[in-house]
Amino acid sequence: MNSRRVVYAVLILLLVWMCLPENIPVKFAVNKSKVQFTINPLSFDIPLFGYHFKKEFKTKLGLDLKGGSHLVFRADISKLKTEDVSEALLSARDTIEKRVNFFGVSEPVVQTSKSGGENRITVDLPGMENVSQAVSLIGQTAQLRFFEEDTTQKYASTTPLLARLTKDTGMNGTHIKKSTVVFDPNSGKPQVSLQFSEAGAKLFEEITGRNIGKPVGIFLDYSPISAPIVQQKISEGNAVITGNFTVDEAKELAIAINSGALPLPIQLIEQRNIGPSLGAEDVQKSVIAGAVGLFMVSLFMIVYYGRLGVIATGALALYGMLSFAIFRAIPVVLTLPGIAGFILSIGMAVDSNILIFERIKEEQRKGREFHASIRLGFTRALDAIKDANITTLVVSFILFNPLNWSFLPQFGMVRGFALTLGIGVAMSLFTGVVITKRLIKAFYTHV
Amino acid sequence: MIRFHKYIWLYILISCIIIGSGLFSIMKWGFRYSIDFTGGTTLVYSFSKTPSANELAHIFTQNKIGIEKIQVSGNTLEAQTTPINEKEEEAIRKKIETAFKTQVKSLRFETVGPTMGKETTQKTIIASLLAVSGILLYMSFAFKGFDFAISAVLAMVHDFLVLVGTYSLISHFFGATFDLMFVTAMLTTMSFSVHDTIIIFDKIREYVRTGVHQGASIEELTDKAINETLVRSINNSLTIVFMLLALLLLGGGTIRFFAAALLVGTITGSYSSPFVATPVLMWFMKKHK
Repeated sequence: MNSRRVVYAVLILLLVWMCLPENIPVKFAVNKSKVQFTINPLSFDIPLFGYHFKKEFKTKLGLDLKGGSHLVFRADISKLKTEDVSEALLSARDTIEKRVNFFGVSEPVVQTSKSGGENRITVDLPGMENVSQAVSLIGQTAQLRFFEEDTTQKYASTTPLLARLTKDTGMNGTHIKKSTVVFDPNSGKPQVSLQFSEAGAKLFEEITGRNIGKPVGIFLDYSPISAPIVQQKISEGNAVITGNFTVDEAKELAIAINSGALPLPIQLIEQRNIGPSLGAEDVQKSVIAGAVGLFMVSLFMIVYYGRLGVIATGALALYGMLSFAIFRAIPVVLTLPGIAGFILSIGMAVDSNILIFERIKEEQRKGREFHASIRLGFTRALDAIKDANITTLVVSFILFNPLNWSFLPQFGMVRGFALTLGIGVAMSLFTGVVITKRLIKAFYTHV
Repeated sequence: MIRFHKYIWLYILISCIIIGSGLFSIMKWGFRYSIDFTGGTTLVYSFSKTPSANELAHIFTQNKIGIEKIQVSGNTLEAQTTPINEKEEEAIRKKIETAFKTQVKSLRFETVGPTMGKETTQKTIIASLLAVSGILLYMSFAFKGFDFAISAVLAMVHDFLVLVGTYSLISHFFGATFDLMFVTAMLTTMSFSVHDTIIIFDKIREYVRTGVHQGASIEELTDKAINETLVRSINNSLTIVFMLLALLLLGGGTIRFFAAALLVGTITGSYSSPFVATPVLMWFMKKHK
């Protein structure tokens, strides 16, 4: 029993450590010897068998709370008809959003804008560290084209291979359904596989059919990637681009192909760090307001439910820290909608506790003794808690769009909201049921 | 025990009045959409002699330029306005110069498109509809039948209408804008509404399943369920209301309207469980008996 308590105490201390605020300097003097250190949450970097186990429990805030990188691209519309411009800009915006998303940036904001006579596309990347790589990826037009030899022209045998490939086959990036990085089973070198759409497969069959023994060139933005000699007619709708890629290059190419071509060339003209849209003062006020609110809730619970209320407050504190530690561990990028999801989940966690207590009281009113009431109260309340929370989990699961379906939001606020809500509710199911029960047992069996 | 089912006419009346006035407000005044939806212009000016924010706001509105945000600090002005082009920007700058006898330097002038474009809005709506089907599916399974599920969803639609309508009123009288935060508040309200309804429905399910009150009419069962969950419903809403009131009264900036929207959502979400979802369920159960 005693050793178990030690384990609990250690676990709780660890949890508190994970949830500590960042970079708080502490200075005080004890008996004239000065103590000075900085409070920081848990972080470790342990080398083990050649691997580094590295984790930092720090809060990641979205651009709306923290600021981040702000990129501005100028769109070159000189080659477009006036009536096509706005549509091309919007589709460029979507393409860029996809690319940024592939890059794993949470909560990016991509907007089209007009400044002076220029059309611009602005990209906000909250807390993005490797900006230069993102910039090079975003900036690629990534128009994939397939060229073949122009048979109407005679080439001297000295004409280099690439110079002969002058006829556009009409096949391009839009004919490709999916592109992934694969590795050559023989050489182990990275390659980029292409999976064609139905129309693409048909077109590719025709192209390879009429070019057996001849080269077909694959070009990205008019620079050649590869020009393999066609060995046979390919009708399965698959192809592989072999080139001298590094893994990163292959990955970047696959992302560029997957996200589709930019309908117009863009050029980076501005790159700067920006401040949060919600001012520091507003954030501070809201944090104080939140603290006051939490205090009121605890007070209410304690006044109304007495000792049970104290336990519930403890359970809630644990719950809050657990969720927060998970947000830091994943890490979840916290935005305003994300915090809203978290607050809602806190509300639902309080609800679980209230439900349990009311059920316990109900059982007591029926004349049962205390321990039986607790046991029965828990079991009875569980059905309601389970169904209510699972329904919320279903909602957050769908809103989060885990399979990344393109007809659902693939980025942005809705996902941020769903993620924190989902994690919060899952945790509240756990704390509301497991932790509260343990706390009640611990506090009451020893009275 | 309070005989809740006897006052159904009152619940219908209350809901009709609130939703009715909300819909009226939407049709008459609509919403003020924020820069998230409409796009807009960001201006940063510096002055040789700085006018007050109010004076500047006045001159903007006089020239039919809507203001989202206006802030004067030191000798610079930062303003977010409805989208304007270069000519309009130059005109307003001249007007400020002559009106306040000051020299204006434009530090930044940028017009942005909407974050919440058409496509994102559509996708959000599709996701919400899918989420509703998810609720229907899970509840039909958990409550072994369609009655509970459809009643809960109808109550959710009720809450959605109350929130949207009320927000239009808040928007008209207090200047709240329809922004991303409000979209979040809508999603929150919808999740909360169903969550709250399930607690009462669980009681009704328990009575039906265990058959403790065999021979009791459906009205008696639902009344008993509402009575027994009443304390928890009130306590639960109170805790959330405390939290939101604190945010509303003490919170800063845009957080206030968000808290207001959530407050409306919480109240209607709690109200609709006994007074909308349960009567609807009662009606369904009677019909299917």
